Amino acid sequence: MQPNQELIPHLFRNEFSKIVAVLTQLFGLENMEIAEDIVSDTFLLAAETWGKKGVPENPTAWLYTVAKNKTKDLLKRNQLFNKKIAPKLVPAQAESAEIEIDLTEKNITDSQLQMMFTLCHPCIPTEAQVGLSLRILCGFGIDEIAEAFLSNKETINKRLFRAKEKLRIEGIKMEIPAEAEIEKRLAAVLTTLYLLFNEGYYSSTQNLPLRKDLCIESMRLTLMLIEYKPTNQPLVNALLSLMCFHASRFDARLNPHGEIVLYEDQDTSLWDAELIKRGEYYLYKAAVGNELSKYHIEAAIAYWHTQKINEAEKWNNILQLYNKLLQVEYSPVAALNRTYALARAQSPNIAIKEAEKLKLINNHLYFSLLGELHLDIAPNKALEYFQLALSKAKNDNDRQVIQAKIDKLAC
Amino acid sequence: MKEFMMIFRMAPMQDFQPTPEQMQESIKQWQDWIGGIAAQGKFVSTNQLSFDGKTLKPDGVITDGPYAEVKEIVGGYIIVKADNLDDAMTLAENCPVLFFGGHVEVREIMVLNP
Repeated sequence: MQPNQELIPHLFRNEFSKIVAVLTQLFGLENMEIAEDIVSDTFLLAAETWGKKGVPENPTAWLYTVAKNKTKDLLKRNQLFNKKIAPKLVPAQAESAEIEIDLTEKNITDSQLQMMFTLCHPCIPTEAQVGLSLRILCGFGIDEIAEAFLSNKETINKRLFRAKEKLRIEGIKMEIPAEAEIEKRLAAVLTTLYLLFNEGYYSSTQNLPLRKDLCIESMRLTLMLIEYKPTNQPLVNALLSLMCFHASRFDARLNPHGEIVLYEDQDTSLWDAELIKRGEYYLYKAAVGNELSKYHIEAAIAYWHTQKINEAEKWNNILQLYNKLLQVEYSPVAALNRTYALARAQSPNIAIKEAEKLKLINNHLYFSLLGELHLDIAPNKALEYFQLALSKAKNDNDRQVIQAKIDKLAC
Repeated sequence: MKEFMMIFRMAPMQDFQPTPEQMQESIKQWQDWIGGIAAQGKFVSTNQLSFDGKTLKPDGVITDGPYAEVKEIVGGYIIVKADNLDDAMTLAENCPVLFFGGHVEVREIMVLNP
């Protein structure tokens, strides 16, 4: 019986993160690589054995048993380890007691949470945090990570290596921060999770299943934070809400040719109603307390985009939300989106006046917006702006979108 | 860029009781105007001031309200970024306080060397 082609990679990916987290908790962060090796060896053995004898009835239990055995072997062989770690495992009194490695659900979740905070440590650059999270928390291969970042194996390996070194040098411990620290550290973790989500949502790699997995993984990790009481904060619920709303349109965003379909042109029957409902649930959970974070505002904006109505009312709500968002945290994209909402809520002429003040002359989206705003008023000018946008576009996806607008004008 | 404070001043309107719709409309005007500044990446902070308050004078006397003997009251402020005073004045255009007959005072925030 051949191992199911789809089952194995997904199974390995899930279990990689769980077992590595538990073993690293045991060995200490500085020995994370040893944990990774043990798990990789376990999967290698699984691939060989299952190929010959077929997938066992309980594949997860099989993996855990083998991983435990390999760990015990290591402890017996490696004196240093034995002195340092075995005492933690073996009950003080019973000398002959079996070494126990705790792969219960609770310990797995606890270990993964500790790992999340550890890997998203502010002492390493954010892209390294994202890379490490993908590798250790999500079990992605180096190839996949390189593809997601449109980079290459050497760069990613170097990046992860340096990050692990830094964690080692700084003596970072694998633990959940103390209550006083947790809010600050949580902010960093959320930034990384959001970046991870955006990699999947906006990334330029053509590998669709990979991009979807990135979104799913970031949502899974965010959910883990929500299911752990000390980190179940409005901020985290707002982020998950935001992710659900965006993800609900994943299937509608790309046509069968893999080209981007803009919001106005999307087939709304492809929008995932279940995800939208979940987004609304988490938005409701997030509507507590005093803080109106950027995640709250972005989630609310995303909510409005799931409403298929088109009146000025909707766009005025979106406009007001962007007004607030820009005060909380400015970004060129938010400024452009705000201006678009202004056009829909009031008029293109008013929006054009505001747009001209933005002066984001190096941003292709700026000229794209100006083109949009001039479409009905002055098509010639619109074309000029679109062509200017085309010249400033940085990748094929963006060029394709602008070219489509130019083609539409020509009709 | 430098920072400038815009102070919104207007004549006190003690008899003015806005309807909920008028309040909403006013809030929207302010938010749109501030949003326009924020969209240009020039917003720093803003606050509205309550019309109630007290005034402390040199002889230790405390009187009710900031509006006791003044012809105008400060309703709030915004701090913005701009290269110079002229640019800051451009940002002040269409400030909603102007539609209530008030005015906008624009002052540069001084940076004192330690």
